[in-house]
Amino acid sequence: MQNLIDYFPLLMQGLKLTLMLAVSTLVVGLVLGLLLALAKMSPRAWVSRPAFAVTNFLRGIPEFLVLLVIYYGGTQVLNEVLGLPVEVSPFGAGLTALSLVFGAYASETFRGAFQSVPKGQVEAGRAYGFSAWQCFRLIQLPQIWKVAIPGLGNLWQGTVKDTALVSVIGLDDLMRKSNQAAQSTREPFNFYLFAALIFLAITLVSMLVLAGLEKRASRGVRR
Amino acid sequence: MQAVGDILGEYGWDFLEGTWLTIQLVVICGILGLLIAVPVALARLSENRLVHGLATAYSLFFRGTPLLVQVFLIYFGLGQFAWVRDSILWPLLREAYVCALLTFSLNTAAYSGEILRGGILAVPRGEVEAARAAGMSPFTAYRLVILPRALSIALPAYSNEVIILMKGTALASTITLLELMGMSQLAASATYQPILVFGIAGVIYYLLTLVISRLFTVLERRYNRYMVVAR
Repeated sequence: MQNLIDYFPLLMQGLKLTLMLAVSTLVVGLVLGLLLALAKMSPRAWVSRPAFAVTNFLRGIPEFLVLLVIYYGGTQVLNEVLGLPVEVSPFGAGLTALSLVFGAYASETFRGAFQSVPKGQVEAGRAYGFSAWQCFRLIQLPQIWKVAIPGLGNLWQGTVKDTALVSVIGLDDLMRKSNQAAQSTREPFNFYLFAALIFLAITLVSMLVLAGLEKRASRGVRR
Repeated sequence: MQAVGDILGEYGWDFLEGTWLTIQLVVICGILGLLIAVPVALARLSENRLVHGLATAYSLFFRGTPLLVQVFLIYFGLGQFAWVRDSILWPLLREAYVCALLTFSLNTAAYSGEILRGGILAVPRGEVEAARAAGMSPFTAYRLVILPRALSIALPAYSNEVIILMKGTALASTITLLELMGMSQLAASATYQPILVFGIAGVIYYLLTLVISRLFTVLERRYNRYMVVAR
């Protein structure tokens, strides 16, 4: 117990990085997911086909593999192709890899949600002189959240848990701090359990927030 | 292309060995996980508050924490306790392979348990009542009517869970197992060709995903054929 108290500040530093990575991934991943969803719904085959291929592939391979390709492969590309003597930072690699995975899954969620908005509404918008962008922003986007939030919520929960993987390539997140504490105190069970309970707490808080968001997004729906 | 050929020439056998270990992990953990998932699902539906509470806590813990933490908790964590090290199971629990099997099975059982619970709840009430009215004991009704129906209803969702399990087995490489991911890490650092090596691994993983979803399409056709007839 004393060890846990001693290492508490260190673990909280790690938690901060874990949360920062998760939130940045959410932001980048949402944008990427929306863009990929729009690409998939494009009538031009040369836009939609590659979008489908890339997201299907990303969803079919381990997140851990994506992370390692970006981390080691990214450094290789920077060194050999661009001639830059730099390394990809663990945070940068983690953000890129997790956002790609998040975006790939989110694009399916968004695509389903867009299809739930009746086509007539967009046509009505166009008939009133809205531009395509205005239709997207003012008619479609506000309505898709209602359908998309449960799916996006699950993705968020997955992303929080996947941040633990980035500790393997050296990001000083909660998981890696727990590793260090576990090794120096020889109390691995206590520290991994503590890390697990923190993740569990994030999951439970997220569930509450998501329930609230879902309620808010569907306030226009009559039950 | 030349480089891919070189890598396959030198490490082809390693890739195959790694893939075989990945398949082993998926099949064994899939079966063990399903066996554990049945009591978990039943306990989650139990009216006994203690049983229900325990199952819910189990399910929440394994679904709400990272798989990597669970792997480390079992592989590195268990050895912290003297009574574990002194127990007759220690020679087994010391092995990375056994720990990986244990972790992935417990993890997938928590998710499959939820899927199965959904399946059980989706069995039409009338069928359950009919089974009871025909004189079946609750156990017989479960064995012959409710569980088979629940499994067939849950099959599409379960195929996703098996793919997630397969992707999760990549974490076994973090505790020294040389499955597909572990083998690729070795090859990547030996050849200094991470993109090509991980690219090959990615293609193999993707093929495994396709095989699993194909397999479940066949299973679905087999076990849900009565639904087609009823149409």
